[in-house]
Amino acid sequence: MTFVSSDKDPEALTITMVAEFDAPVEEVWKVWEDPRKLERWWGPPTWPSTFVRHEFREGGQSRYYMTGPEGEKSAGYWTITAIDAPRRLEFTDGFAGDDGEPLPDDVPVHGVVTFEENGGRTRMTSVTRFADAEQLEKLAAMGMEEGMREAMSQIDAVLAGDSARVS
Amino acid sequence: MVVDQLSDAEVDAIFHALADATRRDIVQRVMREEQSISALTENYTMSWAAVQKHVSVLERAQLITKQRRGREQVVHGNAETIRRAARLLDAYEQIWVERFQRIGDILAEPDPQHENERKKGTR
Repeated sequence: MTFVSSDKDPEALTITMVAEFDAPVEEVWKVWEDPRKLERWWGPPTWPSTFVRHEFREGGQSRYYMTGPEGEKSAGYWTITAIDAPRRLEFTDGFAGDDGEPLPDDVPVHGVVTFEENGGRTRMTSVTRFADAEQLEKLAAMGMEEGMREAMSQIDAVLAGDSARVS
Repeated sequence: MVVDQLSDAEVDAIFHALADATRRDIVQRVMREEQSISALTENYTMSWAAVQKHVSVLERAQLITKQRRGREQVVHGNAETIRRAARLLDAYEQIWVERFQRIGDILAEPDPQHENERKKGTR
């Protein structure tokens, strides 16, 4: 994976991130399409995600939950708003309640992901648009917490001399 | 909380203020140089009073400051508040950087279906 760029626009409330993967477009598409692959990267290692529903078509619904270190659960949902395999995916991602269904007043985040072939590799561009401050704050808070935990677990691994896992 | 210098109410005010295209445009203009409300009004098809209303929303969010100068009200951009909003996006960026890394790891794994093809090449 090569990280290409990140462009944040605090006025329009969007973040555009570009990365290149050493795999054909179809393979990169599969990490979104296949729920067993998707759940391996959507949530952080400390909050792994489980997709219990994943309808990968226009208008399709997904339901997932992430399980925290103490066994606590945080549920979310997707709605696929547009899909053009294997080039473009548009979806909304929001918070769900304890029943796993979208919270009644939830304002989801809107994401557009595009996939382009680039000399045998795949360039993936993710554009996220926020509609709501509260959501960005919640998501940002989760990211910060995750970053901290990840850093801690890496330090633990180094201290334990577990070089195999770090590499 | 994550954003140490901003309360939840302040963050809400900022994003509410920036949710409107005219207000974003006003912020961009006054970040470049201070402008009176009358001068700003010339850029839009709306009335002075309507522009003044937008300016008040931006002022409450502390994105701009307003000063009375004689008969004019002059609007300045407040770069510090914009920077604080950017910091929230920094935190969110990290989520995706880590997702990209995990996707890269998954794609680097040998795929059982294509194992045979791959063995011919790099092994």
